[in-house]
Amino acid sequence: MPEVTTHDRAPSPFRLTEAQKMLRDAVRVLADERIAPRAAEIDRTAEFPEDLRRLLADHDILALPFPEEHGGLGGELLTVCLAIEQLSRACATTGLILAVQELGSLPITLAGTPEQQARWFPRLASGEHLIAFALTEAEAGSDVAAARTRATRDQNDYVIDGAKRFISHGSIADLLTVFAVTDPEAPRHRRLSAFVVELPTEGFRVTRLEHKMGIRGSPTAELAFAGVRVPEANRLGEEGDGFDIAMRTLDHSRPGIAAQAVGIAQGALEVATQYARDRKQFGQRIGEFQMIGAMLADMDAATEAARQLLYKACVEIDAGAPDASRWSAMCKLVAGDTAMRVTTDAVQVLGGYGYIDEFPVERMMRDAKITQLYEGTQQIQRLVIARALLGKPD
Amino acid sequence: MRIVVLTKPVPDPASGGERLGPDGRLDRSNSPAVVNGNDEYVLEKALKLVEAAGEGEVVLLSMAPANAPETMRKALAMGATRGVLITDPAIEGSCTVATTRILAAALKMLDFDLALAGVDTSDGGAGVVAPGVAALAGLPFLSYAASIEPDMPGRTVRVRRITPAGYDLLEAPMPALISGTQALGEPRYPSLKGIMAARSKTIETLTLTDLGIDPATVGLSGATTRVVDSRPPKPREATRIIRDSPDEAARQLVDFLAERRLI
Repeated sequence: MPEVTTHDRAPSPFRLTEAQKMLRDAVRVLADERIAPRAAEIDRTAEFPEDLRRLLADHDILALPFPEEHGGLGGELLTVCLAIEQLSRACATTGLILAVQELGSLPITLAGTPEQQARWFPRLASGEHLIAFALTEAEAGSDVAAARTRATRDQNDYVIDGAKRFISHGSIADLLTVFAVTDPEAPRHRRLSAFVVELPTEGFRVTRLEHKMGIRGSPTAELAFAGVRVPEANRLGEEGDGFDIAMRTLDHSRPGIAAQAVGIAQGALEVATQYARDRKQFGQRIGEFQMIGAMLADMDAATEAARQLLYKACVEIDAGAPDASRWSAMCKLVAGDTAMRVTTDAVQVLGGYGYIDEFPVERMMRDAKITQLYEGTQQIQRLVIARALLGKPD
Repeated sequence: MRIVVLTKPVPDPASGGERLGPDGRLDRSNSPAVVNGNDEYVLEKALKLVEAAGEGEVVLLSMAPANAPETMRKALAMGATRGVLITDPAIEGSCTVATTRILAAALKMLDFDLALAGVDTSDGGAGVVAPGVAALAGLPFLSYAASIEPDMPGRTVRVRRITPAGYDLLEAPMPALISGTQALGEPRYPSLKGIMAARSKTIETLTLTDLGIDPATVGLSGATTRVVDSRPPKPREATRIIRDSPDEAARQLVDFLAERRLI
């Protein structure tokens, strides 16, 4: 008789570990006590919350994505996303501080040499430095390979000329990962290279700050590069690797945006639930009306579904799944749409009170919209998923 | 400085899910387990003592079901160095005497300067395990500690013991076992650094065989006490508040007490 295996003893990714639960709860307490009370003012003033950046640094939250040997906490993707989710539940702008710190660093994590990591990670992990990810251009959004910013070789340096737009934290970052064309004659996906630019530096300017619908405390900048010189030692990977590095970065970073979306949805659900308990009309609590109860139930189920897809995606991506792009795109697609729907419904549950800034759900609804747009629009996520299904076009 | 802290996973008192099973014993399946509150206070003190000494370790010692590592992680995240978990199916239903014998046997296998325990637990609440362990392990026992001051070169420890009248100042040679109170100071929240570090800390598992204890002498069958009956306390009756002029209120109060022959 062949031996029969009745139990698959692989660790279950379907339950959080005790450490992950503790970490999630620790961040939640911090977010409730220190971040939530600031959220409305951050939105109203549209000022970057420097105090909360320090708070995240002091509590080692910014250290989460970085390896232990460089002063980080070595958090896997799921752990980082648990933190982003809890921060965003209170304030989407604050959740984005961690998400962008990870986004900007991922090219160094994925393509940097040990020397490059040792050079930049310690001050990113401590929160002393912020890093931004400079890929998008005015004419190169979804079509990343259409970027026109040039990096021209000059002996042991590169000289960068061009402009980047919609760069989160672009005006406050100490480091930038910049994607620029090194070989315009190369095939489309071999034209770009990735560089780390240390700021301030000559020839670099912030030319505009956007006025945004949501995540208003998070500065979104237009950046100009006029003869910005970076040494060859700041190039990540080989010349021509830029497009591939950018795509692999987005595979790992989109779950962070999905986590932000799940956090926003959860925050809105909680406000709506509390309101449905407190608000009385026709002599009863409005939550007892079936139409309101059903809305809350749908909001909860949708948020939980998005959350579980996110957690599963994190585990698959960290495990090196061959379809990491698909998981990454799916979790952001589902979570972003869920956040938009749940926050819109939260406003509906609150009625007129949802439409004014006395309650946070209108802010959450405005914040939710960005999760359907950045790090690839929802249409691009569907394109990525469809390509994973159908294969790339010939 | 090496300190062993006796920590017990208990049903979370904040969960509101504590209930009694059909056999009158606590049903532990209905609420999540947490580290016993008083144990967190002595753990905090242990961590502070080792931090002040600049070297040493804090070892957690627990006797609990096999899923206890989950609960021990929080204590490790607070800063304990490692854990020792005594777990064995035969232990379930053990009385305080058996618990005392098992913990004393495990404690004898460890090297330490001080062993600390919370003054009692929020589930059983007997408060007799710590003194029993000290007796069986041949250790000096200092109870109800409000402060703990070890003198490493002198190999002695001083404890301020809370008494009904104030404090006793006790001194004993090390190693010693001390039961501590909440007067030792608020336990810390685990930091993110502590939580992440706790993931790779070791929890060593011991069974009754490792301790040389016959399974027949512990557990429900070997228990020296039996739960005959248990019931939740009656909810308190509504408080009666007397609102009247001082003279009239005093008269009503005296009548109330006199009716019940309390004065």
